[in-house]
Amino acid sequence: MKLTNRSKVVSNKEMTLAEKIYLPAIFKGMGITLKHAVRNIVKGPPIYPYPEVDKPRAEIWRGQHVLKRDEEGRERCTACGLCAVACPAEAITMTAAERTKDEKDLYREEKYASIYEINMLRCIFCGMCEEACPKSAIYLTDRLVDVETNRGSFIYGKDKLVEKINERIDITTRQSEKQKNAVK
Amino acid sequence: MELITFKLILVLALFLLALTIAAYSTWAERKVAAVMQDRIGPSKAGPFGLLQPLADGGKFFFKEDFTPANAERFLFILGPSLVMFISLITGAVIPWGKSLNIGGTSFDLQVANIDVGVLYIIGMASIGVYGIMIGGWASNNKYSLIGAIRASSQMISYELAMGLALLSIIMMTGSLDLKVISESQATGKLWGLFELDGMNWNIFYQPLAFLVFIIAALAETNRHPFDLPECESELVTGYSTEYSSMKLGLYMFGEYVNMFISNAFMVALFFGGYNFPGIEWVTQNWGENAAGILSIVAFLTKTIIGILIFMWIRWTLPRFRYDQLMHLGWKTLIPLALINLMITGAVILAFGN
Repeated sequence: MKLTNRSKVVSNKEMTLAEKIYLPAIFKGMGITLKHAVRNIVKGPPIYPYPEVDKPRAEIWRGQHVLKRDEEGRERCTACGLCAVACPAEAITMTAAERTKDEKDLYREEKYASIYEINMLRCIFCGMCEEACPKSAIYLTDRLVDVETNRGSFIYGKDKLVEKINERIDITTRQSEKQKNAVK
Repeated sequence: MELITFKLILVLALFLLALTIAAYSTWAERKVAAVMQDRIGPSKAGPFGLLQPLADGGKFFFKEDFTPANAERFLFILGPSLVMFISLITGAVIPWGKSLNIGGTSFDLQVANIDVGVLYIIGMASIGVYGIMIGGWASNNKYSLIGAIRASSQMISYELAMGLALLSIIMMTGSLDLKVISESQATGKLWGLFELDGMNWNIFYQPLAFLVFIIAALAETNRHPFDLPECESELVTGYSTEYSSMKLGLYMFGEYVNMFISNAFMVALFFGGYNFPGIEWVTQNWGENAAGILSIVAFLTKTIIGILIFMWIRWTLPRFRYDQLMHLGWKTLIPLALINLMITGAVILAFGN
């Protein structure tokens, strides 16, 4: 199977004189490194000095998940489990619970997720959960998953996933028009 | 000023110069590598990372000085010391500049003006193998031993080609004295045609010898593409596997001092030594001291350019395989050097000088 046009067929042919002398090839190689050196000295190397400058990420970057609240601040998730089914890495688990009368301003639907966990080590950040969600509850954001020192800490519960009521996370910047209109 | 005082000052200056250049070679090496691989290299320690060698040196001193259980303790210490010692004393016979006039006396800028300077350097370079050989053997480790064996066989093979390439220069000048070789490149007509002041360099007469010599010099200093003795990927840095702390530092430093000295040697032999275009004119018009200082600057500039070319080669070429190395040494370079020797002899016979 041919994946690219850059592959070269290896042959065992007799070397030409220029190849046997080996020096032309050396000078060619040294020319290439010199070209890089001159380019990097004149224009500066194409790098981001990381701790000082963050490498800009794409607008549609898929980072850590968020469980959205609606305009009134109620959790959107209804614990239907479609995200868990859609997840190719099987990173999502949840336990459903029924909403009581005095919880009406906390949860939008009658059924809600009492436990909602994503294992960030399993997650491959494909965004399938986002696509599967019928309630527009789970989204991937542009934030990075933090570094942890043990595996258990990578299982994120609702405390880390649900957005804070006064620190809403705007995910519209990374959405297309079609996705924006699809919010229910 | 007494001659002996001047010589002592010169020795001290040379010692410091060699160490400084070796230290900043490590910095330059990393910068050159970075610039060729689209990176920025050391940049945190001081402006442009210029304090990096100091940081490296400090780190070397604070590392644990570890000796393996079954190592031959005395030889284990002797190895790196020998490498450093030999590479430093090689600089004694190289004429670093024309001459300086202090208080009415003219001093040559050469520590020891011995008649057989070329032989001395070649001999010292061969003794340098012992440092690597002893260190590799004393480590009691197969990788180190293989590295040491590779180093010694490589050096022995390439010394032949190097010596034969040098012979053609010696035939041209008729002297083994580096001072005489340098002076012979100062004046005279280039190819008997153009009158160029201070540009009668041997490279214009002996390009083939230079080619053989630079390849052999790369092999002698264990630089890429001939760094088989250290060979990170196969031999885990070869003879210095078991070394840590300042002993490892001495090995690495020794390599860079070696590179500096061999480039200085090459400049003295092929690139006119301390001569620069217009040296006679400067001596006549601006005085001896101006010419002396400018000649030192010229010599060091040429040497540093040589070091940069060595680095450029290192970061371009992949490492040779061991059999390829031996083929190149015995089957290509030695015949080439012999042919060059014959041509030189024939030309000298035909045209006198």
